[in-house]
Amino acid sequence: MSATRVAVLRFPGTLDHESAARAVEGTGGEPVYAHHEDAALPAGTRAVVIPGGFSYGDHLRPGALASRTPIMGAVRAHAADGGKVLGICNGFQILCESGLLPGVLRPNASLSFICRQADLQVADSGTPWTGGRNEGEVLSIPFKHHDGAWFGDPGEARVVLRYAGENPNGSIDKVAGISNLGGNVMGLMPHPEEAQEPLLGSVDGRVLFAALLS
Amino acid sequence: MSDAVADDVPLHRTLGLTDAEAARIVELMGREPTDPELVMFSLMWSEHCSYKHSKPLLSGFPTTGPRVVMGPGENAGAVDVGDGLAIVFKVESHNHPSAVEPFQGAATGVGGIVRDIIAVGAKPIALLDSLRFGALDSARSRFLFRRAVEGIGHYGNCIGIPNVGGEVQFDERYEDSCLVNAMCVGVVPQDRILSCAARGVGNRLVLIGNRTGRDGIGGASVLASAELGDDDADKRPSVQVGDPFTERKLIDLCLAMSEAGLLVALQDLGAAGLTSAASEMASRGGVGLSIDLDRVPLREEGMAPGEVLVSESQERMLAIVEPAQMDAVVGMARRHELDATDIGEVTDTGELEALWRGEEVVRIPSLYLTDDVPFCEVPRDPAPAPEAIDLSSMPEPDDLGRAWLALLADPNVASKRWVFEQYDQLVGANTMRRPGGDAGVARIPGTNRAIAVTLDCAEWLTELNPYDGGVASVLEAARNVACTGAVPIAATDCLNYANPEKGSTGWRLAESIRGMADALTAIGAPIVSGNVSLYNESPRGPIYPTPVVGVVGLLDDASTSIGTAFARRDDAILLIGHGEPRVDASRYLGRCAGSPPPPDPDADAALYRLLATCARERLLASAHDISEGGLAVAVAESAIAGGIGAGVAVPAGRRADEAMFGEGGGRVIASCHPSDVAAVSALAGDGVHVIQIGAVGGDDVVIDAGGSVARVPLHDLARVWEGSIPEALEAQ
Repeated sequence: MSATRVAVLRFPGTLDHESAARAVEGTGGEPVYAHHEDAALPAGTRAVVIPGGFSYGDHLRPGALASRTPIMGAVRAHAADGGKVLGICNGFQILCESGLLPGVLRPNASLSFICRQADLQVADSGTPWTGGRNEGEVLSIPFKHHDGAWFGDPGEARVVLRYAGENPNGSIDKVAGISNLGGNVMGLMPHPEEAQEPLLGSVDGRVLFAALLS
Repeated sequence: MSDAVADDVPLHRTLGLTDAEAARIVELMGREPTDPELVMFSLMWSEHCSYKHSKPLLSGFPTTGPRVVMGPGENAGAVDVGDGLAIVFKVESHNHPSAVEPFQGAATGVGGIVRDIIAVGAKPIALLDSLRFGALDSARSRFLFRRAVEGIGHYGNCIGIPNVGGEVQFDERYEDSCLVNAMCVGVVPQDRILSCAARGVGNRLVLIGNRTGRDGIGGASVLASAELGDDDADKRPSVQVGDPFTERKLIDLCLAMSEAGLLVALQDLGAAGLTSAASEMASRGGVGLSIDLDRVPLREEGMAPGEVLVSESQERMLAIVEPAQMDAVVGMARRHELDATDIGEVTDTGELEALWRGEEVVRIPSLYLTDDVPFCEVPRDPAPAPEAIDLSSMPEPDDLGRAWLALLADPNVASKRWVFEQYDQLVGANTMRRPGGDAGVARIPGTNRAIAVTLDCAEWLTELNPYDGGVASVLEAARNVACTGAVPIAATDCLNYANPEKGSTGWRLAESIRGMADALTAIGAPIVSGNVSLYNESPRGPIYPTPVVGVVGLLDDASTSIGTAFARRDDAILLIGHGEPRVDASRYLGRCAGSPPPPDPDADAALYRLLATCARERLLASAHDISEGGLAVAVAESAIAGGIGAGVAVPAGRRADEAMFGEGGGRVIASCHPSDVAAVSALAGDGVHVIQIGAVGGDDVVIDAGGSVARVPLHDLARVWEGSIPEALEAQ
């Protein structure tokens, strides 16, 4: 049986493609890079990861320029067919800018970049993205962003993950990650690809990559 | 600045050259230099580019060893870490620009050191910073601190290199002259290390990256090789402006070109821009370079040839490429959305030539620029020897707990979380020990090995006794690395000093270098790269002599690294090492005074070996260097990091405050399972002192110092230690 093929997107300024590809590989998938100017996803793509970084240097607004590249047309079609898409940090921003997820990511309330390990509470166990975790269970996953305060109508999405404890960035409803109502497109500000190994402190990010491949 | 340039002042003086240097230039050239040539000499012969005051002193550093793959002289040094890989690293200052414009000054400091690493063909994998500002009760210092940290974050986060450590200190002596030192670490297969030496007559000279503008003109001479004064605002145009997005593309492009074997040589454009890069490449390769300035892509109209030659516009690299590879290079650059422009060629003349509008405006043997600078002997007037602190003249604190909390609230001791939370510490998913411990630990990508890295400096001791201060700066950095279980293998240094022609600065420079060299030799860690920043001085006085040392350590098995946090209830707490606590030059004393006993490099080396062995045998649950604030602060920090209390009894025989807060020697607070104490002691043998002083557990941290007991809830220690810097910034 061949491994599930996962497209890992790369825009100019994308930074986390290598760690995202490693996480896909570690979960048993086959990562394939797809580039901003590509009009189609690689043949046989079953799922898409949009990794974090500073695509186009955050010029205009984070994610704004990347959302208008040819590859995002292919991602839209993939999502419309029910295919899974996971957007991490800048990937979440790109999904919101693309209209694949509702709302926007505003600058943190502190107006500073924050890098911190966070406890995330499962807020909705009904999506595929948290595997068998029950509501209220906690995942330890780091976040690091300047523009991570989600602003939107929680009624237009499914709130999958919330920050446990204090709200670090001023997002509505302590939102850390949401999916679309269909449940196949997921965006989150924390970085599950950096919580894959005991050596790095946590393996709680594995559940999101497992969901991508399920 | 323009007011100062009267018509009758000769050009060489306005450029910062002395009359003697100008005469020497005419003598070398056998004619009057053209204006562009004089501008080039003024920059290349500036202290910043030539190290004319410091170079003769640096020759004492150990620079060779079994692991050294490439020593000082290239863009960065390289050491063998096994698996055919080399770790490449260097620390560099960006002090003067940061004092004038902290955000861009600090940001471009990061950009510059990263380009040094990619010039060697290495992939950058870690960043660190050593920062010094005035006291936080000064509005100016708070502004510089805030903006420099933001600038480092802005640039470093966007280029995707994790920030794994560093240090921040505050002292009035840095009020006018803040220090911003940045270190970058990279990794490269040893057979792909690039040199900056130009080779192959007829090969093309290719400028890669950003376009050239007027930013940073004269940065090296006007800004970085003179004291700061009241007209600093006028120097703002000499500060460069960074574009991290372009830098990220440049990193990717240079690595891709290097992997494809398209480059003969590579060099970054830093201080003095094209002039410095081209002359270094020509001199190192023993060839000449001919540059057609009309082909340099410019950002603005009307630039003079001298400006094009010395512009310090950021995010540019200079490469030597075989003619047959030019199409591949240009094509690859285009795919990365960058320019790669053929601006000239390698010649056999040994001269740097520049054409402008078809006419020759520059023809200088490159060695004149790089090697023929007249060196300056620095005056070496010793400062009077300091007197030891008489402890009996100091009142003993009524409440040791309160004194302890006050020390934890000292911004020099307090948590620097406010700083490092603004940096991406994790990108790349290799960071194992994040900032805030003794040293950052990062896995070497694709291997099971890891490096431990830190930056440190003992500036108070260097002021009081520069030889000992040089030794201590090396040992403190190496001890930090050793506390992670890593073996210190090599070092880099950034020597930040005041005006070497004044007072005892020259003596302090020479003596501290001697101390550093002796310590590095004793612990077997050669210097492979470095940087010197002089003239960190204002009308209000000099900075402390600040020899910042970066040490790289190696862990053959990444999973054996040790952190600073107490891990388990009932673990034994050990005091390991040598030396006696003293209040001299301590944070508890709170001022730069006293005469601490000399540090002991051989005893420290034995301590490092013990820690490395314990790590390999997985005997220790934590290890933390006793440094600023003494034993009490080290115990508190390990307890806070672990979220668990502790109780210790310090060795009797001295006053309680000296025992708790005294500094000095090479001492480490470690913890281990009670059943492993005997094994640690056995490994230590007679070479290193190990005593059990307490146990982990409880909600308080308790220190019994000869019957005087300090007991403080862990929660209170943490609140004060974590809150101090944010409160200092918010209160204003």
